[in-house]
Amino acid sequence: MAVYKRTYAAYQGSFTPAWSRFLILPRYSFARLWQSRFLVMFFMACFFYPLGCVGYIYLANNLSILSSFGIPEPLGNVLKVQPSLFLYFCWVQAAFTYLLTAFVGPSLISPDLVNGAMPLYLCRPFSRTEYIAGKMSVLVFLLSLVTWVPGLILFVIQASLAGWEWTKANLWIAGSLFIGFTVWILMLSLLALALSAWIKWKIAAGGLVLGVFFAGAGFGTALNSVMRTQYGTLLNLTEVMFTIWSKLFRWPEDTGISVEASWICVGVVCATCLWLLVRRVRAFEVVK
Amino acid sequence: MDPVIELAGLSVRFGNREILHNLRVALSGRTIGLLGPNGAGKSTLIQTILGFVPISAGSANIFGHDIRQQTRELRALIGYMPENDSFIANMTAVSFVRMMGELAGLPHDAALERAHEVLFYVGLGEARYRLLGTYSLGMKQLAKLAQAIVHGPRLLILDEPTNGLDPPARQRMIRLIKEMKQTGSMHIVVCSHLLRDVEETCEEVLILKQGRIVHYSNLEEERRANKRFVELETVGDEKDFAGALTALGCECVGTGLGRLKMVLPAEFELREIYRLAAERDLQLRRLNYRRDTLEDIFLKAMEA
Repeated sequence: MAVYKRTYAAYQGSFTPAWSRFLILPRYSFARLWQSRFLVMFFMACFFYPLGCVGYIYLANNLSILSSFGIPEPLGNVLKVQPSLFLYFCWVQAAFTYLLTAFVGPSLISPDLVNGAMPLYLCRPFSRTEYIAGKMSVLVFLLSLVTWVPGLILFVIQASLAGWEWTKANLWIAGSLFIGFTVWILMLSLLALALSAWIKWKIAAGGLVLGVFFAGAGFGTALNSVMRTQYGTLLNLTEVMFTIWSKLFRWPEDTGISVEASWICVGVVCATCLWLLVRRVRAFEVVK
Repeated sequence: MDPVIELAGLSVRFGNREILHNLRVALSGRTIGLLGPNGAGKSTLIQTILGFVPISAGSANIFGHDIRQQTRELRALIGYMPENDSFIANMTAVSFVRMMGELAGLPHDAALERAHEVLFYVGLGEARYRLLGTYSLGMKQLAKLAQAIVHGPRLLILDEPTNGLDPPARQRMIRLIKEMKQTGSMHIVVCSHLLRDVEETCEEVLILKQGRIVHYSNLEEERRANKRFVELETVGDEKDFAGALTALGCECVGTGLGRLKMVLPAEFELREIYRLAAERDLQLRRLNYRRDTLEDIFLKAMEA
């Protein structure tokens, strides 16, 4: 029907499959997010370290280039691609994703709650699960692009330069990169969404995403000192993730807590965030 | 006609408090008015129909679909305009309505086309690229209406559609409701505190009080039935005039000072009154139909 014809007519066309509708939310969210110049610049900055790593891997596998620049060979031999390179990569990119989440996460759910838009989403053939999945996929897509995707690209570059023997011996690094980052992204996304759902003021929610890690670390250290235990470290989510990553990358590091306890801690954090989200994402607000 | 909304012993509880109690009714009108004082359970009934609130007893069917078993299918058939502010402030109206269309299942391009169409239809064509956060209250109401009809629902639920509107905007909203009703493609439920809005737009009315149905009526039938009540103010010999009217089958009661109240028989034509008055040289100073207004019906229901 033409635009100028102003009489009401019912829609007669086809409908999209129900499973694909949760992808509508990230499309609109990304359209809005990329309007922010700061976000675009910060997102680009997230790729500086991976680009540096590409250069490092290339040079480590092509020492003759260093010789041509007059750098002596023993100095060049220092450049080696080891699992620690990928662990450091995890650390640096995790820091970037942490800041990225604090910037993007709070703007996902809180505006819908502030403006009372939940009934509009949920009065359609669109469930709460799809809503949460849709909002979460924004962070999952965004964070994946700066974490495991470039991580695996680095691995592929190294594998192509170092040859099959290296690849066969270090294939576990690819798995560790993927699993380590997936757990991190999952925890970070759920935490950001839960805070976004419960704290309507975006700036406060963003601050709290940062605060959860700092406050947890401080409180955990205090608990360790007062109670003379190591379990306070479980409140320090950075240490918890470092414990998991150390195990995944076979790095001998003792944070004072077991890997099993760290996995349980991550599971509890994710489950709590999910519970908070489900309680908050409703078509109407229950006023007691 | 098959019922649009069929409630069979529907009860809803929030904790120990029963909000809706054993509602039984079958509504089949093109436009259905939902009335009741604050806390009567109107919004809860709407939220139950939309599947937001769990049913504690009984059942409810919309177009024959059980709202508990086929919630998703039902929501595809329903358009909902909430009472409160519901929008996304940093979106343009066209993006907002398009997104809502897509969430209802419309393909990408069709949703965009429909968004433009409905925004023009509700009268926001010129403002469709403005951010919703900059809209006035009346414009927000229209944007909410646009998102509710973008996917062409079979049942449109309007919760306080004229809330906060100035008289011209209210008239516009009423006109839109009447127009949509006349297209015949959708049924409309109007939930309002304003009896005049319901009276102007609805064929059927359901009055709730404290979670119970206290009155159900078909306004069209009531209007037809009450058309026979007439009040007259005359100057002259009203006794002879009343006698002549009684002879024609009217039930007349004189209330003094030339005033008459009468109930006209079904086939009686009003011109007979003028004829009899002219024959007796009787002056008719005032003649009006006395019929029960929705306000009378509502007040009676509240007193019950």
